[in-house]
This record gives sequence, C-alpha cells and structure tokens, in this order.
Amino acid sequence: MTTILPEPPVAAAPPMVETPFRRFVGDFFASRLATAGLVLFVVILAIAVVAPLISPQNPYDLSQLDILDGRQPPGATSGAGFVFWLGSDDQGRDMLSGIFYGLRISLGVGVISTVLALALGSALGLLAAYAGGLSENLIMRIVDIQLSFPAILVALILLAVMGQGMDKIIIALVTVQWAYYARTVRGTALAEMHKEYVEAARCLGFSHARILFKHILPNCLPPLIVVATVQAAHAIALEATLSFLGVGLPRTEPSLGLLIARGYEYLLSGKYWISFFPGVALLLTIVSINLIGDQLRDVLNPRLQH
Amino acid sequence: MIAFIIRRLMQAAVVLLVMSLLVFVGVYLIGNPADVLIAADADQLERERAIIALGLDKPMWEQYLVFLRDVFHGDLGKSFVYNIPALQLILQRMPATLELALAAMTMAVALGIPLGLYAGYRPQSVIARTIMAGSILGFSLPTFWVGLMLIMIFAVQLGWLPSTGRGATATVFGITSSLFTRDGLAHVFLPAVNLALFNLALVIRLTRAGMQENMPMDYVKFARAKGLTMRRVIFVHIFKNILIPLVTVIGLQLGAVFAFAVVTESIFAWPGMGKLIIDSINRLDRPVVVAYLLITVAMFVLINLVVDILYSVLDPRVRLSDRS
Repeated sequence: MTTILPEPPVAAAPPMVETPFRRFVGDFFASRLATAGLVLFVVILAIAVVAPLISPQNPYDLSQLDILDGRQPPGATSGAGFVFWLGSDDQGRDMLSGIFYGLRISLGVGVISTVLALALGSALGLLAAYAGGLSENLIMRIVDIQLSFPAILVALILLAVMGQGMDKIIIALVTVQWAYYARTVRGTALAEMHKEYVEAARCLGFSHARILFKHILPNCLPPLIVVATVQAAHAIALEATLSFLGVGLPRTEPSLGLLIARGYEYLLSGKYWISFFPGVALLLTIVSINLIGDQLRDVLNPRLQH
Repeated sequence: MIAFIIRRLMQAAVVLLVMSLLVFVGVYLIGNPADVLIAADADQLERERAIIALGLDKPMWEQYLVFLRDVFHGDLGKSFVYNIPALQLILQRMPATLELALAAMTMAVALGIPLGLYAGYRPQSVIARTIMAGSILGFSLPTFWVGLMLIMIFAVQLGWLPSTGRGATATVFGITSSLFTRDGLAHVFLPAVNLALFNLALVIRLTRAGMQENMPMDYVKFARAKGLTMRRVIFVHIFKNILIPLVTVIGLQLGAVFAFAVVTESIFAWPGMGKLIIDSINRLDRPVVVAYLLITVAMFVLINLVVDILYSVLDPRVRLSDRS
C-alpha cells in the first residue's frame, strides 16, 4: 500500500535570478572596451586553434614554398595563384599563414606556462599561509628575492644556462612567474584562514588538504584570476622577446617573436611587412588580454563591489 | 639608522652568497665545467692536464670555495672570444649601458612627472584621457617591436636619425660619453626613447595616482585657505608627498632598465653590456656569461639597498615598522 504524497509545489523561478555569476557577467560586459577585448581575444584564440584549416598555405611544408616568391610585398600574387595579403618572407612563406601558425605557438607557450606557474605558485602560497613558521619564512624569502630581479633577467639567466627549446622556455617562464601567484595566494589565504568557515571545517575534523583545497583555495580565486590574466600577457610578451633575442624557441618552432626577428634584417631595406604584421598580431593579443584583465580587476575587486 | 643600514647590508651579503651558489650550481654542475673552462679545440691530453690544473677533480665543496676565492679576487676567467679577462671586458662595456639607462630614465622622469601631474589635476579633460590611453599602450607594446618600428619610421623612412652604434664620444671631466657630442646624442636618441617608453607610462600612472590621492586631503585645503597659489601647493606641498613612491619605483626601475637594455642594445647595435651578454650566450662564451651574472646580481642587490636606505630617509615611518 503506497500513499501518494502530493507533489511539493514547484516555485516558478523568476526569469533572472541574481546569482553571483550572473552579476559578474553583467558587470564584465558593462564596459564596451572590455567586451571588445574579449571578442578580440576569442577571435585570436579561434584563429590559433583552426590555423591549419584557414591558412592559405602550410608555411612549414617546404614543398609548398617557392623561393621565387620571396619578399613579395603585401597584395602580391604567388606563383601558386593565391594572394600574399600580408606579403611573404625571404623563403617565399606567406606571412598571413606564418602569423596564424605563430599564434598557435605563442598562445600555447603562454597558456601552458601560466597554468603551470599558477598551480605551483598557488600550492606554495597556500602551504606558506597554512603551515606558517619556517616553511612560510623560507618560501616568502625566496619570493622576495626573486621579485627583486626583473623577470626578463631571470629568464635570460636560466636560458643561458639551459639552452634553447620549447620545454626550457616554459620552465623559464614558470620560474619567473610562480612567485607572483605565491604572494597573492598567501596574502588572501592568510585573511581567509581566520574566518569562521575555516574554523568550522576544522571542528568537523576535515583533513588539512580538504580544508586547503576545497575551502580556502576557492575563496582565493578572484585575485588569482586577475593576476593570471596579467601574467599570461606578460608571459606571451616575454617569450616573444626571448625568442627575438635568439635565446628562446628554436627556429623550428616559429612563434611571433621569431617571425619578427626574421624580418629584422630586411627592415633596413624598407621591407617592413616581415616584421610589422607579426608585431601587430602580438600587440593585439597582448592588448586584448590586458583589456580583459583590467576589467576583471575592477569587477572582482571586493572593495569596489556593491 | 646605522643599525638599519647594517641589517640591510647583512641581508645583501646573504643574497649575494646564495646567488653565487646558484650561479655555481647552474654553470658548473648543470653544464659540464670542463666544456665551460677549456677551449673546444684542446686534445685529450691537454684536457686532462687542464682538468687537474683547474681543480675539477676535487670534491664539489672544495671547488665552490675555490670559485668563491677567485670571485673575491676579481678573477672571473678569460673570454674565449676576446681573450681578455671577462671582468675587464664587461667593465669596458658598462659606460655605454649606463649612459643609455641615464638618458632613458631622464626622459621618462622629465616627461612623465609633468604629464602625470596634469592627468591627475584635470582627470576628466580630453588631454588627460589621451595621456592615460597612451600610457596603457606604453605598457602593452613589446619593447623590441617598438624598437623595430622606431628604426623603420625614423631611420629608414624619414632618415632623420641613425639607427645603429654609439656615435662619437667626447671626454668631459674624465668621463667619456657620447652624451657630450652632437653625433652621440643623435645616436642615443632612438634607443633611449625605446627604453624610456615603459618607464614613462609607469611614472605617468604613479604621479597621477599620487596627485589624485593627495588633492582632496586636508593639508591641501589648508594651504589653499592660507592663500597659497595652486601652483605652489602642487609643486611644493603635493609634490613632496608624491616623491616617496616615485623615488622607490624609479630606483627599482633603474635595475629593470639595465635588464631591458639587453633588448634595446641588441636592436640598435648599442655596444653595451646587454649586447655583450646576448652575443656571449650565442657564442657560448661562458666565462663572460658567468661574470655578467655575478656583476648584475651584485648591482641589483646594491640598487635595492640604496633604494631601501633612500626610502627610509624620505619616510621615517619605514624605519619604525621594519622588524626582523
């Protein structure tokens, strides 16, 4: 015998409940400049992802290159019949395709190093805040010392010792960036640790790891996201600079920085496009990320929140 | 005050020691020291003799002590390429980098402070907004690309300024510098602008922030009520208060300028330390790389020390709050 319970009345949800996430999205898109930055970044990201599909040419397939197409100005037609919209480099490589492929490498290195540095820095920052004592002193001293040297110098030193390579530049970028995250997380976590919810979690007998990663870390996220956006832009610019100087990526992995370096020698003879356009692509990438970061900082800043 | 300086000096010594250990580990353990110190064209017998002569068969800690002793004697090895002591080579190149850094910082401060003061004084005006938009660009533009564009526009297209080298130098009061000749100034202009841009943006933002922070304060109202002109209030009263963060950041940026000179010098073929280190890395001239690292680290520790001391002179509150 079963009694059929009356269904509890379902409260008809109002069309727009104000959740923190919706408010965040609304605040973010309130700025036209930030929206433009986000759109620009999404376009750049999409180009990087589908580069092989939309490029007129595979710039690194030697069989597709014709030396007779070398150093064509923007708008010239190649021997194979397509148009070099942004000109070609000394080996007859289409600059537009080169930039599309270069974006893949530049963004890839930037994103991977940012994620790794974020993970390493947050873990060490959390540890410093939670453990205190000697380990905190040690970690924060290293952070202080490292941040007193400019990032480019530290990266240069590391690459001088390690040599070129994709893995090596990622190691260098992670090394120069983790300290920013460690400092940010420690600062926020120290403030969070004395709040009641952490005490409650302790009283419930949760493990240290659970309190750290499931309770404290999520509350440290807002400042972390802001720092990560700014640092991602830095990482991309730094990689380009190091590759330009010839100590970053090898020639087989041509990021935007290497493309610019390749055009350097032709700049003096007035063939500007080999360096100019990859630079514009780099600039747009960095500016779009910075615009997003600026707005995130305003939106996520608790002092400015309503 | 003296206790403060002594404490800071001790900290600096510890940092230097740690750094020397890191450089030692980096170059002597990760790379094979035999490859670093012995010329590549030496045969097997010469190699073995050299390994014993250089003490590379001794235990690690002993090698580190020997390395430290050599460093304290100013013996940082000989450059493989130039065949002169690495230290001497770097010291020869240092004046060129110093004058470039000086020119860039002068530009950034001389332009940045007035622009920042104005942007803070009339934040809503069109000029102020243009200044701020420009400063965002100054932060975002990659230094090396700006350098290339400067060469493209002013050296190649317009042909106004030279793009490579240091130009003629002259000696005034025993200091040899290209800042004293017309030709030298023409040569230093583009690289200095390139190096100054980022710092210019930074100085503008700092000055503007300080201006906006101080304008609504009581002491400003009081000074105005006393009948002082706005000009005097800004340039004497507010300016003094803005100076504290400005000195700190400019001091610390001086170090960053040395680091970024690596980029600018490479682009403009400026014969300074920065170009030397890039050339040395590419030619595997390791003794020069090691010497450059040690000198730069020492320079940074020194700059940080001077900034700390200056800061405590300008703002006595720092000394009181300094613990540990």
